[in-house]
Order: sequence, then structure tokens, then C-alpha cells
Amino acid sequence: MASGISDQRGLAAAVKVVVAGGFGVGKTTMVGSVSEVPPLRTEELITEASSGVDDLAGVETKRTTTVALDFGRITINPELILYLFGTPGQDRFWFMWDELARGALGAVVLADTRKLDSCFPAVDFFERRGLPFVVGVNCFDDAFRYGTEEVRGALDLDEHVPVLLCDARDRDSTKLVLITLLQHVMARTRLAGTPG
Amino acid sequence: MTGTEAWFDDPLVRPYAVTGGRTRSRTIGLDLITLVVAMRTPAEVGDLEPECTRILQACQNPISVVEVAARVDLPLQVVKVLLSDLITQRLVIFRSAESASELPSQHVLQAVLDGIRNL
Repeated sequence: MASGISDQRGLAAAVKVVVAGGFGVGKTTMVGSVSEVPPLRTEELITEASSGVDDLAGVETKRTTTVALDFGRITINPELILYLFGTPGQDRFWFMWDELARGALGAVVLADTRKLDSCFPAVDFFERRGLPFVVGVNCFDDAFRYGTEEVRGALDLDEHVPVLLCDARDRDSTKLVLITLLQHVMARTRLAGTPG
Repeated sequence: MTGTEAWFDDPLVRPYAVTGGRTRSRTIGLDLITLVVAMRTPAEVGDLEPECTRILQACQNPISVVEVAARVDLPLQVVKVLLSDLITQRLVIFRSAESASELPSQHVLQAVLDGIRNL
């Protein structure tokens, strides 16, 4: 009677991809362009010490704030669901990134050439964690179009990290970014010699 | 939405009141994308807290923890604690995400790749 959960009620497996980048770069737009549902939002409560106050001063000095987390879903097949998570835009919520990155297949770093430095933290984070990522350069209408190699140079990316131009609003463009990511992850996994 | 109106944004019940003040102590490793499904309907169970009733209702079909939280509009950590209670009471079962410590298998990666291509 103690049959596996998945056999019993057709419970699928779930995997995730993280979409990171600076505030306002188009992460939720990208998630929404391919998600089968409009991007959903949930909130995580965070208790943080008020700035400049000694921790020992007691609970009154802490306040609770919320971090919004936007995500979308793609049903790959009846047994597999892919979730796409946008990272919180504010850098101080790093601990949320840990949970988002844990077990992720890979990540998309969305870059805006008008403020390239806003994606430095994301690039650093995934490099340090060894999580495979691609860089999508979101082509805003009023932004000067840099070449991918210029962006690679500015971000000091390793040669093997794919960089491509994209339009976060466009479904086919986002699909191409995700396909590039998956191919990159598969190439890395093969190199690592994991059994198929 | 400024000034005097702002407090209406706050929940009328402090969030962790519904978990009895418990936070991270007992969430049996539930992850954002752990899939859960109810084994019973709220009507079959009867005496549940309102939040648990809503959570049980939300997972009548397989659904991820993060989607439950979005649907019942409660903070993620609160939902994890309450879901853990429901799992302990065998009202909900769960399936963990692919092991976080292992690299994803080529089989899973290929399936995701094919799925995205076919969108």
C-alpha cells in the first residue's frame, strides 16, 4: 500500500531556471513571455534589524519587510514542470538567491546595456556558485546596440559563457535564450561526465 | 496608497500567529518547487484552521509550494510551516524536487529542451 507518491497520484517532477539581473531590466517580462500562466507573485517575510541599531537591543528594533518573488510555469510534459523564477531586484535580499539557485538547472542573466553594472552581482553570484548561466542582452528600444562581444568584455565573462541579444517581451526570443541555456547546461554536464 | 491608508496592506492577523509562532523549525525540507497534493478535501476533514482549509483547497490537484503560497496569498514561510503540518497529519503528500546536490540528468535536460522548442 505504501506505493510511491508519484505512482499514486501522478505527481510530476519539477525543475527550475532562475532569471536574474538588475532592477527594472525586464525579468518578469521575460518570465511572462513564455509562461503558460500570467506571472504569479508570492511574498517572503523578512525580519531585519533596523539600520544602525544594536542587535542586542531587542525585538522592538527589528521590523518585518516583504520580498516579492515573481515566477511562471511551463508544463514540459505530464511528468515534468519547469518553473521560471525572477530574482528580487534588490541586492540586499541575497539569501533569497540562495534558495532560488539551489537545485536550479541554470540561470539567465538579463543585461541592460544602459546600466550594465547592474548585472555584475548576478554574474558574480552564479560564477561563485558554479551554476551555469547565459547572458541575454535585453534590447531596449532606446539603448545603443552593443555587440555581444563588447558585452562579454565589459562583464569579463569566460569564453564559454553564451551571450546573446534578446527581446524579453518576445516569446520566440525568450525561447531562444532558454534553448541556449539548456544546450550550455547539457554541454557542461557532459563535460562533467555525469551518466545520462 | 500613501500615509494613513497604508496600514490596510498589513494582514489583520500577524502572519506567524497562524503558525503558532513557528518559523523555520519544522518545514521537513519543503522547497519552492516541491510538489504537493491533498489526499482529502477540506469538507472531509472538517475542523481545520481557515488558513489550512485554504491551503488544502489549493492543493486538490498537484501544485508546487510556491504556487500554493501565491494562490492563498500568505507568505511563503508561513505556507511551508502549515503544509508541513498537513503532511504530518497525512492530509497532504509531497514529492521533493530533483536532488539539489546532484547535477540534473541528461534525460531531464533533454526533456526540458524539447519542451521549450515545442512551445
